[in-house]
Amino acid sequence: MADRSAITDPVDSFTEPVIVASGLTRRFGDFIAVDDLSFTVQRGEIFGFLGPNGAGKTTAIRMLTGLLPPTHGTARVARHDVAGHPYAVRRVIGYMSQLFSLYGDLTVRENLDLFAGLYDVSGDRRRTRIQWALEQAGLEGREDQLTATQPLGLKQRLALGSAVLHGPAVLFLDEPTSGVDPVARRAFWDLIAELADAGTTVLVSTHYMEEAEYCHRLALMNRGRLIALDSPAALKASLEWPILEIRSDDSSRAAAILAGLEGVEDATMFGRSVHVVARDAAAAEQNIAAALEREGLTARDIRRVPPTLEDVFVSLVRRSGGVVAG
Amino acid sequence: MNFNRMLTMARKEVIQLRRDPRSLALGFLIPPLLILFFGYAITFDVENIELAVWDADQTQTSRRLVDAFVASGYFRVDRLTRYPAATNALQTGDALAILAIPRGFAGDLAAGRPAPLQLLVDGSDANTATIAIEYARGITSAFSRRATLNGREIRPAVVPASRVWYNPSLESRNMVVPGLVAVILSILAALLTALTIAREWERGTMEQLVSTPVTRLEIVTGKLLPYLAIGLFDVLLAVGIGTALFGVPFRGNLGLLVAMTFVFLLAALGFGMFLSAALKSQVLATQFAMVATYLPALLLSGFIYAIANMPRALQLATYLFPARYYVTITTAIFLKGVGIDVLWRQGLALVALAAAAIAATVAVFRKEVA
Repeated sequence: MADRSAITDPVDSFTEPVIVASGLTRRFGDFIAVDDLSFTVQRGEIFGFLGPNGAGKTTAIRMLTGLLPPTHGTARVARHDVAGHPYAVRRVIGYMSQLFSLYGDLTVRENLDLFAGLYDVSGDRRRTRIQWALEQAGLEGREDQLTATQPLGLKQRLALGSAVLHGPAVLFLDEPTSGVDPVARRAFWDLIAELADAGTTVLVSTHYMEEAEYCHRLALMNRGRLIALDSPAALKASLEWPILEIRSDDSSRAAAILAGLEGVEDATMFGRSVHVVARDAAAAEQNIAAALEREGLTARDIRRVPPTLEDVFVSLVRRSGGVVAG
Repeated sequence: MNFNRMLTMARKEVIQLRRDPRSLALGFLIPPLLILFFGYAITFDVENIELAVWDADQTQTSRRLVDAFVASGYFRVDRLTRYPAATNALQTGDALAILAIPRGFAGDLAAGRPAPLQLLVDGSDANTATIAIEYARGITSAFSRRATLNGREIRPAVVPASRVWYNPSLESRNMVVPGLVAVILSILAALLTALTIAREWERGTMEQLVSTPVTRLEIVTGKLLPYLAIGLFDVLLAVGIGTALFGVPFRGNLGLLVAMTFVFLLAALGFGMFLSAALKSQVLATQFAMVATYLPALLLSGFIYAIANMPRALQLATYLFPARYYVTITTAIFLKGVGIDVLWRQGLALVALAAAAIAATVAVFRKEVA
């Protein structure tokens, strides 16, 4: 269970946003990794960066945490200007990078001791926080084992525990669950929800759709730009055309045939079926069956389905110019 | 700078060191081994010079001269009967020098005429050749002094009274061991720290570190502390080996040596850490550290080659290497027993180099992350 009393939040009940990004831009030579990114995040919110690889999520997080200076624009975290007061910011944030970044050659307890020391957590608080981190990571009884030998899922939770030992107001997580199995991922997100309930503001990047559903609000990013920002439900509702799900013998051929069809906005493989964005569902159903038959395929089942985040994501990314190669 | 955070970093480094056999060996095993190895191997003393003698005189006097060469202990004499065989020995390397005693040597000496001798020396190793000639000159002049001229002793007009200070027996080991301590430590210090910062970059742990309130100066100094302790331990061990095993005198103040070692280590370790922070790669930083410390420590420190004999540009370059000052310091404290009143210049130079190394490390570090 979260030790809520230990969570200190300098922003507390202020209604002003905890994270303010205004016009954040980062260039690497000619390449614009993040382009004019602006948004705000409220206290206790779980705010997600969703986007394909190379969308600029990591660069954005590195600018928000003060690890990378922006080319243009400013970021304020917990009322501190990130560029002007990097150390003030570091005291009130927790950060977990993409790579597993605890020391593998240190034991579980030594890692926790290290970060408690670096975050100036001492005395009784140090003991209770380390105990809490051990419990939530499920590593009690393994304190004296080398961290490298622990399962990845537990290591990730230990890394999260280390990053919040000091009870930070804001937690930045950069694709924290990459490579972790779904069960461990679920446990990880339960922990994030718990922290947010206790008042921690969480900014997390991901490319897993089911993870995006856990976020209160989602910033969809592509090619360094913010292409949509809303709650998952609102994003799904914003899709103006209905989605048809078609089952056939050969989904990949079917998707290729349907992509060019009159009245079809978009056709994508979706597991073992094809999702089609149709301008007029009734008319499209007729056309689709006919078109597939002409190519020797049978449409076994055509029905309207509620849009998933992936549908929204795919169509928004297409509309904003596709995915960057590489 | 927060003292607790610095200690936290130092503690972490110690734990990692304890579990890294490679660093442990580098820090604790290699230095005493190198001291032992080089202490026995490196000697600038010239002994056992192979001398081929062609004695055409074959008299009691000529044999006494040859005996004088044998008795000196510097020469191993091989008597030859034919002159061409002797020159051949020079060519094959069987002999380093040939002493030719012409017929009539004893007669000339007895008659009070100049009695010429011929000494042929293989000059391809100029140093050894020079020393061999000096030895031969000493032996022959002592011999001619003892030779009586018509019953009277010959007395040279000028006799210099030479006394050798600090190393009266002129044993090169007394100079080699203190200098070695400096050379070995220079190389080792940079190698030890070259790994530390680069390793954190390569493993991705640096990103986590710099997102915490720990400052770059705290990281750098915290990482230096354990290696400083290892370096001091190595020096004390070397003093022990040098005095107990090699019989090198230690005439100075151990406290002064420790204090000087402390600043020297800061400079040398700081240099390794600078490479590590600047190159961000363990392999690159190690290779650079090797090249940038090994040769200068050996060649530009005054350990083997006198700095005064170097071209001006090279002399100026030696000021950049901590080894230069530390070689002077160790030899001076070991053999001369001098104090801070003599060594303060070297001390100040090391303080400056240490400050520069640490400042440069923090500077390149800042540029890369912040």
